[in-house]
Order: sequence, then structure tokens, then C-alpha cells
Amino acid sequence: MEPAAFKLTEMLQKQKILSSGHRMCAGCAAPTIVKLMGMALRGPTMVCEATGCLEVATTIYPYTAWEIPWIHVAFENAAAVASGVIEGIEAMKMKGRYKHDHVDVIAIGGDGASFDIGLGAISGMLERGHDVVYMCYDNGAYQNTGIQRSGGTLPGQETTTSWAGKLEPGKRERKKPLAEIAAAHRIPYVATVDPYHHRDFITKFRKALEVDGPAFIHAYSPCPRGWRSDTSKSIELAKMAVECGIHPLYEVIDGEEWIMSGPSKRLKELIPLEEYWKTQGQFKHLFKPEWEEFRKGVQEQLNHDWELLKKRCGVE
Amino acid sequence: MIFVRGAAFVPINAQQTVSEWRVSNVTVSKDKIHVEGLTGDAAIAHALKQCDLDVLAAYPITPQTIIVEDFQKFAANGEVQTKVIPVESEHSAMSACIGASAVGARVATASASAGLALMWEILYCAASMRMPIVFTVANRALSAPINIHNDWSDTYGARDSGFIQIYCQSGQEAYDTTIMAFRIAEDHKVLLPIIVAIDGFILSHNVERIEMLPDDEVLKFVGVRDPFISLDPDNPITMGPLALTDYYFEFKEQQDRAMYEVPEVFAKVEKEFEKLTGRKYGMFEAYRTEDADIILFTHSTPGGTAKAVVDVLREQGEKVGVLRLRMFRPFPTKEIAEALKSAKAVAVFEKCRSFGAPSNPLAIELRTALYDLKEKPMITDFVIGLGGRDVPPTTLVEGYEKTKEYLKKGESPLYETLGVRK
Repeated sequence: MEPAAFKLTEMLQKQKILSSGHRMCAGCAAPTIVKLMGMALRGPTMVCEATGCLEVATTIYPYTAWEIPWIHVAFENAAAVASGVIEGIEAMKMKGRYKHDHVDVIAIGGDGASFDIGLGAISGMLERGHDVVYMCYDNGAYQNTGIQRSGGTLPGQETTTSWAGKLEPGKRERKKPLAEIAAAHRIPYVATVDPYHHRDFITKFRKALEVDGPAFIHAYSPCPRGWRSDTSKSIELAKMAVECGIHPLYEVIDGEEWIMSGPSKRLKELIPLEEYWKTQGQFKHLFKPEWEEFRKGVQEQLNHDWELLKKRCGVE
Repeated sequence: MIFVRGAAFVPINAQQTVSEWRVSNVTVSKDKIHVEGLTGDAAIAHALKQCDLDVLAAYPITPQTIIVEDFQKFAANGEVQTKVIPVESEHSAMSACIGASAVGARVATASASAGLALMWEILYCAASMRMPIVFTVANRALSAPINIHNDWSDTYGARDSGFIQIYCQSGQEAYDTTIMAFRIAEDHKVLLPIIVAIDGFILSHNVERIEMLPDDEVLKFVGVRDPFISLDPDNPITMGPLALTDYYFEFKEQQDRAMYEVPEVFAKVEKEFEKLTGRKYGMFEAYRTEDADIILFTHSTPGGTAKAVVDVLREQGEKVGVLRLRMFRPFPTKEIAEALKSAKAVAVFEKCRSFGAPSNPLAIELRTALYDLKEKPMITDFVIGLGGRDVPPTTLVEGYEKTKEYLKKGESPLYETLGVRK
């Protein structure tokens, strides 16, 4: 098994899985997330990807940016395709027809593919126990189709299907707790990750690969285009998302043992959401006086969720 | 009205498929053939068992369920070396089949009706990504109203998906066709998924006498899948990329060409199968069509009923025959035109209504196939048996009689329904 690469020198030596020259937007965190994932790999790996930004912008025929075997079939089925890939390999191994002792299978989907349309397929994959790592790169909306709201969109976020207007403060509903839903399947490993905390990211992804059975990774992925944020600030925004508690970092083992990760655990207190909102055009309407109560409500809800998570993780 | 005795026809289908087509010089000796009474579904399950599947991914739906239940039993008893994926939906069934097929595994699934409809999006992906998946279908009506019984709306709905489609008349034919399906789909000239369809309940749940080949003979016949290309860490490729205005059309052009390779590969595979068993079926079966003025054109179980009807009508001096279609995709256009060109009329019987269309899927294909003939037979189109409404011999006789009348008149409606309260 190849070791994971943590230091810069090790990273430079690790086999590249995504080449440069792909057509992701400037400042998009998704390619960084994929590259960090690549640092955790331990040998032959295949990727099954859902339709989304990352898929369309890295595989425009006749080009591909992927340097490892990669398959895309449709939007809602990456987890099902991955189930087939791993079982196909297992069957051929069983019959002595497969040349590799082990192949890691990773499924990747955006928040639309994972929180919404593909949730059934993910749940099925987790319940059946296939040895697959599913990673959701969550950029908070259907950015690929033009910034529409998803189950992963934050309250107060303006999208092209949750407009801020005279009557509406953007999306009113809370974000679906996807990692918790995955953990409720009592699978061996669930973790939330963030591209700013790269060491934490790589360590967790490696653990996800190493457990027997399914693992689920929820990665936060800033999107300058959809978020109306500075293209040079994406990694800073990823850092802030942890600091304000929008994307707390934790692990869940076997659906039972909740562990808060260092970057979240070390926070003395959360920075106010307003600090985070200020960095992005998609929240600017929230600062209008009429949404003061709404702002407070969202902050209270987040504080409540944060306390609940701390309790689960046994953090004082 | 011509009098037809319904009860007399019951056993004819089974007898014809097994005994009459048997020739003496088969390579598998008779004592090695295992004979058992099986439902159509069970016959398919046995065929899948013998084809050494690597992966079967399926979701339960009546009337296909027995196929997967039986297969799971084989798996539970260690009779197959197959990874069975009990997926959470048919959409995921076809998706998992694509994933497994992409790494080079031999895969199959089974479904019907609403399940097939839920797969619809992924059917197109399977075909366009050139995955040789064997998909057995127990044809069932589509909702609403919800109905578990037979018609052909489900697979006809998938007619443009890029799947090869073969319809079977008997349990034996379903067993044989399922085995041959792997060879056809996996052939490098083809590399397309294939639907093997039987009539829900009428065939899926009725017990017939099935002759099964020894396991080793089937294994030798189907061989091990030799993938043309697969996801492989040693030779990384990208499957299922984005192709826009500059390349999408070329993908479709290649897919279209692959379809045209099917008849040749099909014939080659059937020839080998015939050597093994003495049985062959062709892209269609022409029954007493020489000198026939009117030819009944249908497929699946009504094909058997039609042959029985023709036998009786012939006794009464009527010049009538049957053309029982097997391969609906690719549609054997030229061969069918050749087989039907000297008839005065062709009476189509089909279990599907294409709402708002000038006629219905089978008749539309046929009209296209015959359009270029200098002297065209008249075509009548009868929609029968929707939602499992029984199709007794009298229904086919009624269609035959109507066709005779229309011939006399020199004109016919584009289609009509038979056996329904109007």
C-alpha cells in the first residue's frame, strides 16, 4: 500500500490524478478537493462520478483531465454505479480473473447529486455495505445548472430558485444534515472535511479508504461563481466555514462514536455568521433591516446545532 | 363467424417449440439433457445460472420477481459464483449493471413495467456506453390504473433506447434466447445491451416442459466475457464523458452502426446453438405463409395462439399464415418485406397503444418496412390484450375476418381495438 502524502515534498511525488488544463472556474475549490483526495490514495483507484460541475468541466470529449480510471453515467446514480464497479471487481477476483489484489472505488457527487436526487442511491449503497468511499463536494447549490437551491443550500442563501426579494430572505429552510444521515446508516466511517485543513482532510480520506465497508466524506467546496465571492478567497472561505460553525469538522465511527476534529475542537467560540455572510454576494440582502430577525434566527439555529454536536462529541 | 375451439389449442405451443424443431444430429446427447417443468421466469433464472454471471443487480417487480428470487436461491446455496446486488430501485439496478459491465464483468438484470420505466434514463446510457447487459423482461402494462398483467407498452416504450429486443413465445425459447443473448451482446461487433422479453404471467408464471443443457455445455457456449475495453488501473480511461455539438452525433452514428451488425452476429450465434441443441428460431418465424393471402403478424404468446388459429382456418380452406416476429430491435426490415410481399393483407396484432400516433409501434414499423414495395399488402392493425385482457383465438379470428372484409372493400382503418367494451 502506498502511504498518504502530507508534506509538500511527498505531495509532489504522489501520482497526479487530475491534470491541469481542465475547465473548472477560477477559484473553484472542487479540483483542490480532488487533488487532496489524491494525496490519500493507497494504490489502484477508480472514480465513479455523478453529473455536475466537476464532471462536465473535466471530461469534455475528446479530452479528459482524469489520470485514473473514471466513469460517469448520470446525475443520481454515482453510488449505484460504484456498487456495480466494486462488486464486478469482487466477482472477477473471486473467480481468479482479476489482476489487481485490491482496487479502491470512490464515488463523487456535488450537493445536488448527494443531498437531493441521488440520496436514495447513496442510502442503498450504504445499507448494502459496499466497500466504497462516497464523497460529496458541497458548493451549496446546483451551481452547474446556474445556481439553483438544493437541500445543501444554507438558510439565507440567495440562488436562482430561492431569490431574495421583498418577501423572501433567500432560502428559508435549513440545510439537510447529510453527514448525520449517512452516519445514521451505522456505516464504519463518516467524516466532514474542508480544503483549508488539508492534513485533516487527507488523514480522514485515508481512514475512509481503509475501513472495510462504506465510508462517507462531506467536503465543503467554495464556489466563487455561485457565491459571488472573490476568486482568490476560496480557501479562506473554507477556513471561515469551519470557524463560524457552518461546516464543523468531525468524524462518526460506526454511527455511534462522534469525534470532533482538531480545527473545530480548538475553537474557543464561533465567529458570528455575519462575518462569513459579508464575504459573499449571495448573502448581501440579509443585511437589510427587514431581515434582522431572520438573521438572528439563523444564528440561533446554528448555535443550537453547534451545541448539539459538541454534546454528541463529548466536547465541553 | 368461423367457429374455433379454444380448449384444443392449449398444449400446442409447448409441443411445437421443443419437439417439432428438434433435428437428429445434435451434439449434446439426449441423456445429458435435463427436462423439468418450469415457469418462464424460472427457465430464465436457470439460463442465467448457467451463464456464469459475475453480477446480477435487480429490484423486485411482478411478474419478473421469480427470476431474481430463484437466482438468489442459487446464490444462497452456492450454486452460482455471482455477486448479487439487491438494489434499492430499478434505476440503481441498471446503474449498477453499467458499473459492473464497465470493469469487464458479465452482468444481467430483470424487470418489467414501472420498473423498466424507472430505468428509462439509464437504458440510454447503457446502450450508448456500449455495455453488453442482458436484461430479461416479463412484459407488463404501465400504470395508471396500476395493473400487473401483460402488455407490451413497457418494452415498446424503450424501443428507441438502443437495446436489442427479442420477444419469446415459450419458456424453452426464453431459456435458449437468454443463453444466446450473452453471446450476441458481448460480441465485439455489437457491444450493445439486449432485452429478452416474455409475456408477463402468460409465460412468466405458466409451467412448461423445459429442456436444459448440461452446465458445462452452456459454459463452453457462452465462454468468459472478453471485454473490448474496461476501467483498468493499468490503462486508465474516462468513460461517459461530456460530448457536445462537436462529437455527440458521432457517438450516435457509431451506436447506430453497431445495431446493424446484430443480424449477422445473431445468425452466427444461432447456428452454433442449433448445432448444440437442434433448436433455432430466427429473427422471425414464418408459419404457413407460402401462398397465404392474409398473414397474421404478431409476437410473443399471441404468436402461438395465431399458429393454432391458422391451423384451424387452413382446415377450413382459408389461405392464411403467421409471421411471428422475434427481433423487434433491430427490426429486420428487408427480410420482413420479403416474407410478406406476396400477401394481399397483413393483420397486425399488438398489445400496445401509442396514444395520438397514426397507428401503433408494431404496425408503424411494418408500414415503413413495406412502404417501398411496388405492390403493397393492405395492413390492418389490431390493438389487443391491454392490461392482460385475455386474447383468445376468437380475437385473432375476429381480426382475420375484419381484414378479409376490408380487403373486399379495398380500404381499412389505420388501427382499431379488439376485445374491449366500447
